[in-house]
Amino acid sequence: MKEELEKIREECQAALSLAKTEPEISEIRIRILGRKGSLTQLLKRLGTLPEAERREIGRRANEIKEDLEARIEEGLLHIQEHERRESLEKERIDVTLPGRRMVSGRKHPLTQILDEIIHIFSRLGFEVVEGPEVELDYYNFEALNIPKGHPAREMQATFFISEDVVLRTHTSPVQVRTMEKKRPPVRMICPGAVYRCDSDPTHSPMFHQVEGLLVDRGITFSDLKGVLTVFVHQMFGRETRLRFRPSFFPFTEPSAEIDIECFICGGKGCGVCSNTGWLEILGSGMVDPAVYRFVDYDPEEVTGFAFGMGIERIAMLKYGINDIRLFFTNDLRFLRQF
Amino acid sequence: MKVSLNWLRDYVDIRMGVHPVRNSNGALPPPGIILKSNPATAAGPGSAPEGGPPSGAEALPGRSLARREQRDIISNGVKELINLLTMGGLEVEAATPTGQGFEKIVVAEIESIRRHPSADRLSLVEAKTSGEKFSIVCGATNIREGQRVPLALVGTKLPGGLEIKRSKIRGEVSEGMLCSEIELGLGQDATGIMILDRDAPLGVSVGETLGLTDTILDISITPNRPDCLCVIGVAREIAALTHQKMKYPGLSLSDTGKEIHQKTSVTLLDPDLCPRYVARMIEGVKIGPSPHWIRNRLEKAGIRSINQVVDVTNYVMMEYGQPLHAFDFELLEEGRIEVRRARKDEGFTTLDGVKRVLDEEMLMICDGVKPVAIAGVMGGLNSEIRAETRTVLLESAYFHPMNNRRTSKRLGFETEASYRFGRGIDYGGCLNAANRAASLIAELAGGKVVEGVVDAYPNPIRPNPIRLSILNANRILGTEIPAQQVRVYLEDLELDVRVEDEATLSVTPPSFRGDIEREIDLIEEVARMDGYEKIPLTLPKGPPSPEEMSRELILEQKAKDHLIQHGYNEVITYSFTAPRSLNGLGLSPDDPRGKFLPILNPLTEDSSVMRTSLIPGLMETVRYNISYKNVNLRIFELKRVYLTAEGERLPREVKYLTGLAMGMEGDPHWASLTRPVDFYDVKGCIEDLFEGLQVKGVKFDRAEDVPYLHPGKASKVLLGKEVLGVLGEVHPHVLAHHEIHGKVYLFEIDFGRMVNYAVEERRFRPLPKFPAVHRDLSIVVEDHLEAEKVEEAIRMLPQPFIDEVNLFDVYQGAPVPQGKKSLSYRIRYQANDRTLTDDEVNQYHEKVISRLREIFKAELRG
Repeated sequence: MKEELEKIREECQAALSLAKTEPEISEIRIRILGRKGSLTQLLKRLGTLPEAERREIGRRANEIKEDLEARIEEGLLHIQEHERRESLEKERIDVTLPGRRMVSGRKHPLTQILDEIIHIFSRLGFEVVEGPEVELDYYNFEALNIPKGHPAREMQATFFISEDVVLRTHTSPVQVRTMEKKRPPVRMICPGAVYRCDSDPTHSPMFHQVEGLLVDRGITFSDLKGVLTVFVHQMFGRETRLRFRPSFFPFTEPSAEIDIECFICGGKGCGVCSNTGWLEILGSGMVDPAVYRFVDYDPEEVTGFAFGMGIERIAMLKYGINDIRLFFTNDLRFLRQF
Repeated sequence: MKVSLNWLRDYVDIRMGVHPVRNSNGALPPPGIILKSNPATAAGPGSAPEGGPPSGAEALPGRSLARREQRDIISNGVKELINLLTMGGLEVEAATPTGQGFEKIVVAEIESIRRHPSADRLSLVEAKTSGEKFSIVCGATNIREGQRVPLALVGTKLPGGLEIKRSKIRGEVSEGMLCSEIELGLGQDATGIMILDRDAPLGVSVGETLGLTDTILDISITPNRPDCLCVIGVAREIAALTHQKMKYPGLSLSDTGKEIHQKTSVTLLDPDLCPRYVARMIEGVKIGPSPHWIRNRLEKAGIRSINQVVDVTNYVMMEYGQPLHAFDFELLEEGRIEVRRARKDEGFTTLDGVKRVLDEEMLMICDGVKPVAIAGVMGGLNSEIRAETRTVLLESAYFHPMNNRRTSKRLGFETEASYRFGRGIDYGGCLNAANRAASLIAELAGGKVVEGVVDAYPNPIRPNPIRLSILNANRILGTEIPAQQVRVYLEDLELDVRVEDEATLSVTPPSFRGDIEREIDLIEEVARMDGYEKIPLTLPKGPPSPEEMSRELILEQKAKDHLIQHGYNEVITYSFTAPRSLNGLGLSPDDPRGKFLPILNPLTEDSSVMRTSLIPGLMETVRYNISYKNVNLRIFELKRVYLTAEGERLPREVKYLTGLAMGMEGDPHWASLTRPVDFYDVKGCIEDLFEGLQVKGVKFDRAEDVPYLHPGKASKVLLGKEVLGVLGEVHPHVLAHHEIHGKVYLFEIDFGRMVNYAVEERRFRPLPKFPAVHRDLSIVVEDHLEAEKVEEAIRMLPQPFIDEVNLFDVYQGAPVPQGKKSLSYRIRYQANDRTLTDDEVNQYHEKVISRLREIFKAELRG
């Protein structure tokens, strides 16, 4: 019986090593361990053996049974694993084929720049307001301390609708409109289209500005410098060098032009900065007391500053665009670069 | 304004590359030290830079340095000067070196002249420079031994392009060339070799000796600083910024004497427009060309040389900023000047030969009989300086700036003179300028200055003192500049300062600073002199604005985001357009969009009115893109249109959101089929937009009356009875008008109106706890039945459990009979308190079916 037992073991092992599929293994299991299987049958006959022999063969038979069960289990797992691997292999794809993409549109580059500017000033507590583009001479010039016949009017080639109605030449009239409506403190920016009769690669008859105004008690020129420095650093990067340079606007005094170091040449001088090493990006100044008179603010009580910038100019500098007209021809090949 | 560096040096010390004038504590080094070196940068917050000495700043190099090195140093110095002026408020836009190419043309002395052995007309010249001797063959006859002349050495390229080589001329060696003015490009004189001053230093380049080697600064002068429209003005700024004393030209001419009063007189009939008129007379002049130095300076300032007298008037204008006019005295009838307003429609021919028609607000300079000049604008042909002029009457006046500007604007031209008068000149400087010009004319044109001056100045202008509170200055600037320092700054600017008390100054501006009238003007001067870079960086203390953005703007940003997700690209087109831009749309004559707001002075006819619709601009954008083969287009614009409002001065500016789609819905892709865009792409986009902006209850109704849309494929976007917009396929007529082939779909939303209906608030609805049950349903109905009616009918059922109705298929064709279509819906049933049983749902679903049968005679499809 002992030999018989070992024979079953060898037979089973041999069969397992040949088995390639799940049914083959199942068949072996039934043949050896099934109810009528050879090992099961053998175990049933154990009772016929003498006590001592029965115990010894019984232990051995159980050992073999456990061993074979484990081997069968292992064989099964192995085959399942193999089959899974094979079937996955068949599902293989070419990962280098282009994916299915959602084609979303683009915001106009000017809108993108504007959104960025709005975002920065919103965080500094500035409200965003709008004003009319077809504007009264009074708001566009008069109340900004630019009376009729003032030479500063000639700095801005104006489109006229009638003698006292113009296309606004800057967003500054919104300063006056805002102060008319609201008592200080005022903190606002105003984006929008403005118009001047000028047309060449760097001048467009329509372009966009953002105006800013902050009026409150105790506002100083140093506040102007602080706020606009924060703006420049957030817009152009923390490392950007800038300078405040005396300039003239009829509605601010003292006035300052803000230049940033030319990022094309690093300040050495190049075509973009006309060899000066600097790029003009903002006009600003302390609100001229004369302007307060028009809106009934008391210059002894409040002070403030205003600033303005051209969005096209900033976009052109930031993206290296050399012709302002590209913004308005709206070539998709242009728009989709941003 | 163009300013020569060499000319500036006449009045102020501009040695460069020296240490700064002021240090941070405001203490001043002794005057006369040169340029402030300006760091010109604001560093990060909290670290305002100070004006410390620049690295690498060196003392002025000695004369022994090689010329080449010196030039390099000068160019560094020019940068420093540019920075000083720019940071002082006079922006230098460009600096152009001149007189390049004269390095190898040097001063040489003629030692001997011999006749050329084999050419009668040539001579052999021996010339020496500082150490070397040269033999030159020369054809000129005006040279003598001992004269100093320009010698072009071998290797020079003359302005005309001629290159000087070592050569043999008729057997004799020539090691260079002696040059005439014309050969040097310095003038028209070709008669002989240019003869230089006796003391011109030998061996030094002609460029340097003649002051040709120079740098021209192009300075942008802001309208408030007319005093800087002259060399002295700019020099004065440099002097103030570097704490130097100005060196004004010496004036030796006496103002006193009666002679002139016996010869002429000046009558001011309109002193309001001409507060001051100074006249001087020079007799016995001989008109001829000016010497080189004055021509050179005028040319650098961009002024053409005419003759000595005219050149002197221009020279002094560039020097003092005082425009002058010279009359030929013998042409003035009655030998006197009268200043009066013109008569209505009076005619007058100006120097340029143009006949001008005047009006009663224009000021004229007249003789005893007739006008001889338009005051401060241009002189007349009838009294100009001629070759035979012998007596000159010189005018140095102050005209009312505003009136002068008006005149020049009305007449449509501007001159160097009117540019200055119009901005305001130095009324206190008329006399000095007249004296300066008179002595220069006498010097250059011969003749004698008649004794005495006519100075018609009935009401001398005296600037008022201005109180300056040091506290105010520091309060506005955010600085702590001491009173003593403020005083020094203002005095450096030649302002008259009186101390009222320790915190108050009484300041009287000089006559050339008409821009200083108020305390704030003085504060600006203080800030400028102290240097903007020294003002600290702070942040305002007050509260943020309570509102961040208007609702309209917030929704605008959201709307753009939605459209972009749908693949639309934002475009921005011009707000002005052509009056015929709407022609293609087929609008009815009474459509309000046909009433444009015209621009009085448009750049072109095509941009002469403000647009009333975004459609033409978008159509043009499509046409443009198609021409560049961008054919799958989805674009939108969210911008204003301008609608004229009856009885209003300003138009209504309304924001519209308009978009166009054409071409394929996507690019061809290996794994998905693409298809042409259609009505339902555009509609879906708008449905999403309204959902996203929470505009609720929008309906789409068939529209046959939108002239620019296909009558069978157009819809109105309605909210109740209000039309928020339209959408549909663009009418083929419109496309033909814009030369666009293919199909284009459009949406057009009155954005401003839509904003009113956008709900801001969102409320949470609890999620159902029990699963929903779906049932599908296919019915066959009449072909022309609008699908929305079916869905409405389903929803109208008194049936609390229908949660969602989704039309998932529309089918026509066999086996559906002709004239019919099949609609397939999936209906979701949902109860809040339990899971609906199959039986229940079947019951409800049956009710839906029988209702549809009843209303639409719908048949259930198998």
